[in-house]
Amino acid sequence: MRSIWRHRLFWPVVALLTLIAVNSIARPNFIKLRVRDGELFGAIITILRDSAPLMLVALGMTIVIATRGIDLSVGAIMAVSGAVALTIIDGSDDPGNLATVLIAVVVAILVSMVLGVWNGFLVSVLGIQPIIATLVLMLAGRGVALLITGGFITTVNSEPFSYIATGYLFVLPFAFFISVAAITVIGLVERRTALGVLTEAVGINPEASRLAGVRSRGIIWGAYIVSGTLAGLAGILYASNIRAADANAAGVFIELYAILAVVLGGTSLNGGKFSIAGTVIGVLIIQTLDSTILFLGVPSAQSPVFFAVVVVVVVVVQSPRIRNALGRMSRSRKPKAAVAAAVVEDKQKAEVGR
Amino acid sequence: MRPLLELTGATVRFGADAALDRVDFRLFPGEVHSLMGENGAGKSTLIKAITGALPLDEGELRLEGDHVAFASPHEAQAAGISTVYQEIEVLPNLSVAENICLGREPRRGGVISTRLMQARAREILLDLGLDIDPASMLGQHSVAVQQLVAIARAISTDVRILVLDEPTSSLDLDEVGELFRVIRDLKSRGVAILFVSHFLDQVYEICDRVTVLRDGAFVGEYLTTELLRIDLVQKMLGRDVADLKERDHPDDAGPEAAVVLRARGVTARHGIADADVDLGEGEVLGVAGLLGSGRTSLARALTGVTRTDAGTISVEGEDVHLDSPRRGMALGIVYSSEDRRRDGIVAELSVLDNITLALQSERGVLRQIPAARRRELAASWVEALDIRPPDLDRPAGTLSGGNQQKVLLARLLALSPRVLVLDEPTRGIDVGAKVEIQNLVGELADNGMSVIFISAELEEVLRVGDRVAVVRDGRIVRTAPAGLLTADSLLALVAQPDEDGE
Amino acid sequence: MTAMATRTESRESGPSFLQTFVSRHGSMMPTFAAVAILLVLFVGAEIFLRGDFITPRNISALLLDNAYLLVLAVGMTFVILTGGIDLSVGSVMAFSGILGAKLLAEGVPAFVAVPAMLLGGAAIGLMIGILVQYFNVQPFIASLAGLFLGRGLAYVVSLSSIKVEEPGILWLQSTRIRLGDWYITPTGLIALGAVAVAAFVLHLTRFGRTIYAIGGSEQSARLMGLKVARAKVMAYVISGLCGGLAGLVLTAYSGAGYPRNGIGTELDAIAAVVIGGTILTGGRGYVIGSMIGVFVYGTIKTIISFMGAEQSWMQIIVGALLLLFIVVQRAIVARSEGRR
Repeated sequence: MRSIWRHRLFWPVVALLTLIAVNSIARPNFIKLRVRDGELFGAIITILRDSAPLMLVALGMTIVIATRGIDLSVGAIMAVSGAVALTIIDGSDDPGNLATVLIAVVVAILVSMVLGVWNGFLVSVLGIQPIIATLVLMLAGRGVALLITGGFITTVNSEPFSYIATGYLFVLPFAFFISVAAITVIGLVERRTALGVLTEAVGINPEASRLAGVRSRGIIWGAYIVSGTLAGLAGILYASNIRAADANAAGVFIELYAILAVVLGGTSLNGGKFSIAGTVIGVLIIQTLDSTILFLGVPSAQSPVFFAVVVVVVVVVQSPRIRNALGRMSRSRKPKAAVAAAVVEDKQKAEVGR
Repeated sequence: MRPLLELTGATVRFGADAALDRVDFRLFPGEVHSLMGENGAGKSTLIKAITGALPLDEGELRLEGDHVAFASPHEAQAAGISTVYQEIEVLPNLSVAENICLGREPRRGGVISTRLMQARAREILLDLGLDIDPASMLGQHSVAVQQLVAIARAISTDVRILVLDEPTSSLDLDEVGELFRVIRDLKSRGVAILFVSHFLDQVYEICDRVTVLRDGAFVGEYLTTELLRIDLVQKMLGRDVADLKERDHPDDAGPEAAVVLRARGVTARHGIADADVDLGEGEVLGVAGLLGSGRTSLARALTGVTRTDAGTISVEGEDVHLDSPRRGMALGIVYSSEDRRRDGIVAELSVLDNITLALQSERGVLRQIPAARRRELAASWVEALDIRPPDLDRPAGTLSGGNQQKVLLARLLALSPRVLVLDEPTRGIDVGAKVEIQNLVGELADNGMSVIFISAELEEVLRVGDRVAVVRDGRIVRTAPAGLLTADSLLALVAQPDEDGE
Repeated sequence: MTAMATRTESRESGPSFLQTFVSRHGSMMPTFAAVAILLVLFVGAEIFLRGDFITPRNISALLLDNAYLLVLAVGMTFVILTGGIDLSVGSVMAFSGILGAKLLAEGVPAFVAVPAMLLGGAAIGLMIGILVQYFNVQPFIASLAGLFLGRGLAYVVSLSSIKVEEPGILWLQSTRIRLGDWYITPTGLIALGAVAVAAFVLHLTRFGRTIYAIGGSEQSARLMGLKVARAKVMAYVISGLCGGLAGLVLTAYSGAGYPRNGIGTELDAIAAVVIGGTILTGGRGYVIGSMIGVFVYGTIKTIISFMGAEQSWMQIIVGALLLLFIVVQRAIVARSEGRR
C-alpha cells in the first residue's frame, strides 16, 4: 500500500482525479457522454480533443528537458508549420483534395523538423545554452511565419484539412487518435530502445556518460529534432481547428504550458529521470483545470493567475529546501529522501568545489 | 604559547561518509603550518571548516581561546581569517583592483572611489612584486597572475590567519620565490599561515610544522625539522594492513608477452610529459605517484578521455587515434575515474542501468539489450563482485563507496576490455571491499586482461602490480618489476626530490 | 626573479594606448559593435531614403516611441548581469498600466496611483527573486510564474482597455521640451533618468559591483564575502520596479491601460540588452549598451516602416542579430576558457 503513494505519479494522478471529481460533483454534465450520429460528445471528450496540441508539444518538451535542456521555440514552430501548410493548400487549385492536404502536412512537418535540427545544432554542436539558443527561433520564428502568410491570416476551406482537428474516427475525435499515436510512439521508442535510459544518463551526469561512451551529442540533437517535429504536428492541429494560419496567435504561451505539464508530471527541470505517463497526466491536469476555470465563469484571460499559483506551488514543493525539510520529517521515506539529499549535497559540493 | 586557532574533534559528514573524523588541528601565530595528505584525506574539508564554508557536525573551533562558529566565509573574514582557495576564486570579468578590493572598496560619501581603489591595489600588488595595471580586466592575465591577485586580496585586509590552498600549483619558480618572500614577511608580522601544497620541496622550504591527515582522520602533528621527508610520505600514504592473496609475479622483468598497449612520448599539457608505457597481455602495471604527480593525466591520456598533445599510442602493434572515451572503448581500452561520484556513477539511475550503460551505448541506441538479458547480465555481475545490497533497482547513488566502485568495474568489465585502466579504485572504500578489488584485478590479469592500476598506497601497488611505474612531476621516472622494489625503495622514488639537478 | 624583471621591463617600455584600453575595457567591445551597427543603420537609411532619415524629428521620436522598452531594458540588464533572466517584464508592464488606469478612473489621485503601479511591479519582482534565491528555482521558471501572474492580474483588473483622463499622466507624454526641431518628453526624460541612475548604481556602488561579481562567479562572490543573496533578490525587484515604471510610461504614451499590452515585449527587451553587448551568462555588459540596443531595435523598426516592408521582418532581423551576438559571445567565452 505504501509503495503506491510513494510512486512518483501518485500525486499527479491524485490531482487529476480530484479535479475530475470536483467537476463531476459541481456539474453532473461533466462526465456525461452523449452519442450523436455515432460520435461521442461531452466535456471529457472535448478535453481529450483540445489537449492534443499541448500533448504533442509537451511530449517533445519532456525529452528535451530530460537532457537538461529546454525548447522555447515550440510556439513559433507551430506558427511556421501552420503557415506553411495553409499557404500550400491555399495556393493549390483544389484545396479540398486529400493529396494536396497530405503534401501540405508533410511539407509543414518537414520544415518543423529542420527547425528542430537548427535548435539542436546550436545546443549540441555550438554548445550554446538551450534557453538562449531556442530564444532565437522563438523570436524570429513568428516573423518567418508572418512572412510566409504575407502578414495576413490565411484561411482555407478544406474538408480533409479540417478533419484533422475536428473530425471523428469511429466514435472518437481524430485529434485524440493523433495524441494517442504520439504518446505510443514516443513511449515505445524511449522504453523499447535504449534511448530513454541513455537520455536520462546524459541529463543526470554528462561527464560520466561521456566516460561510459555515450554519444551525448546525437542524443541531445535528436531531442530537439523530436521536439520540433511534434511542435510542427501541433501547429497543423491548431491551424486545422481554426481553419486558418494565425502567425501571431498560434501556440502563444504553449511552451510555458508544456513546461508546466512536464513539471506537473514529476519530471525535474534539472534533467534526468523523465516520465512520459507523468507528462500525459500533466497535460490532462492543465486542460481539465482550464475547463474548470471556464466553467467557474472566470474569463479565460484571467486563468493565468491560477496557473501562476500552480507553478509556484509545484516549484516550491520540488525545491531542495522543502525536500530536505520533508526528508528530515519522514523517516519512512528514507531511501528516496536520502538520494535526493545526497544529490543535493553533491551539487552543493560540486559548486563549492568549482 | 597559546594557539591562535585550535580545532578539536572536528567531524564533517557528507551523508553516511565522514569526510573529517575527529581531527585536531592548531595554528600558532607567526608560524607556517602545512596540512598534508592524499586525495580524500580531508584537507579541503578541514580548510572549509576553518573558513566558515562548511559547518562542523561535531567538534569545536577556538580562536584565541574563545569558542567561535562561522556561519559564512564572510564571518571568518571579519575575524581575520583570509583564504585563497585551490580553484582560483576570482572574477575574470572585473578589474584587478576590484578583485582585490571588492566588498571593502574605498568610498567617498557612499560612492566607490575608483582612483583610491586602484592606488591601494597597486600598492598591495607591488608588495607582491607584481607590476600590472590595476585597472585592467583580470581575465586578460595569466592564471599565475590571477593566483597572485587572489593572494593579494587575501593579504589586503587586516589578516591574522592566512589559508593558502595549493597556491603554487600554477606558479613558476620565480613567482614561488616571490610568494615565499611575502609569506616570510607576513610571518614576521605574527600572521599564522596555513600552507597546503603537494610539493614536498616547498613544504620543507617554508613550513615550520606539519599536520598529516589520512582518510579524513588525524595522523599526527610534527615539526618539519624533526620529520624526515620519507617518514612524512609514509605517514601520508599509510600502511596497508589488509590481507592480500599474494600474486605470483613473473620473475622476469619486462613484457615479453605480446605488448597490448604501447605508448611513446605521450604528452598532455599541464599533466604528463613524454611518457613511454608498454603493457603486456595479462600484465598488471602498477602506477605509483603522489597527488598531482601526473598519474591521473597519464591514465586519461592513455584512454582517450583527454586528448594528447604529442606522442603515439598503439594497440597490438597498430597506431590508434584516441580522441574520445568511446574510441578507446571500441579498441578495448577502458578507464575508471578516480572521482566516482563526479565522473563515474550516474547517481539517480539504478544499479542495473549503471552496469549496462557502457555496453548499451556501445551496441547503439536502437539495439536495446533485451530486458531479461540485461537483468541476467547485471545480476551476474552483482553476484560475481558481491555488490551489496544485491538490489538491481536501487539508485546507484545510495550505495557505499566500495559498492559504487564495484558497479563501475562491472560496467567496464561487461565490455570485456583488453586493457583496464583503474585510477585509484580503492580510494576511500572500506578494507573488505579494497581487498576484494585487489584480488579481482589479479584474477582478471590471470585470465589475460591487461591492467593499469593507479594507487597512492605503495604496498598496494607493489602487491597488485607485476611491474611498477613511478610518476613524479609529470614524468615517469622509473619503471621496474615489482619484485625488484620494496615499499621503502618505492617510497624513496615517489618522495625523492630531483637530485640529479635537472 | 627574471620573469618579474622582464615583465616590469615590458611594462616600462610603454604599452600603447590601444593595449591599455583593450586590457581595461575589452568587455566593451560588443557594445562598440552595437554602436557601429547603429551608425551603419543610420547612414544606410539616410542614403537609402535620400536624406529623409536623420532628422531631429525622427531621432527625437526614436526615444519617445521606445521609452517604455528602454525602461524595461534597464531592469533586464540588472537581472541578466547576475546571469539570470526575467520573462515577466512584459506582463508586469501590462498589469501596472491597467492597474494605474483603473485606479485613476476610480478617482484615486495620481500621487497614490503611480506609487501603487511601481509597488505592484516591484512585488512581482520580489516574488521571482525569492523563488530564485531561496528556493533554487531556475530564473526562467520563476519569472515564468511572474509572467502568468502579471498577465492574469492585468485581466483581473480589467478585461478591456481603460482610457486615462488624468492630466498629470497625459502631461508626461504631451509636453514637448523643444530645442529647435529636437524635442524630448517627460517620458523620455524618465527613461534617460532610469539609464543614468542604473549606470551610477552599477558602477559606483557596492551593490552594483556585487551584481557584476555574481555574474562573474556566484561562488567566488560568496567566498569573497559579498552580500550575494540580497543583491540577487534586489536585481529582480529592480526589474519588477522597471516593469511598473514602463507601465506608467506606456500608459502615458498610449493614453490608456490595456491588459493585452506587452505580449512578447520581454523578448524584445532581452534582445535589446543582448544586442547592446551584455552577455547572457552574466557578468559582462553595460546599461548604456542596453540603451544602444534599444535604439538599434527602434531604428530597425522605423526603417522597416519607412520602407513600407512587412513588420514581420522586424522579428526576423532582431532574431538574426541576437543569433549573431550569441555566437560571437560564445566564441569569446570559449576563447577565454581556452586561456585558463
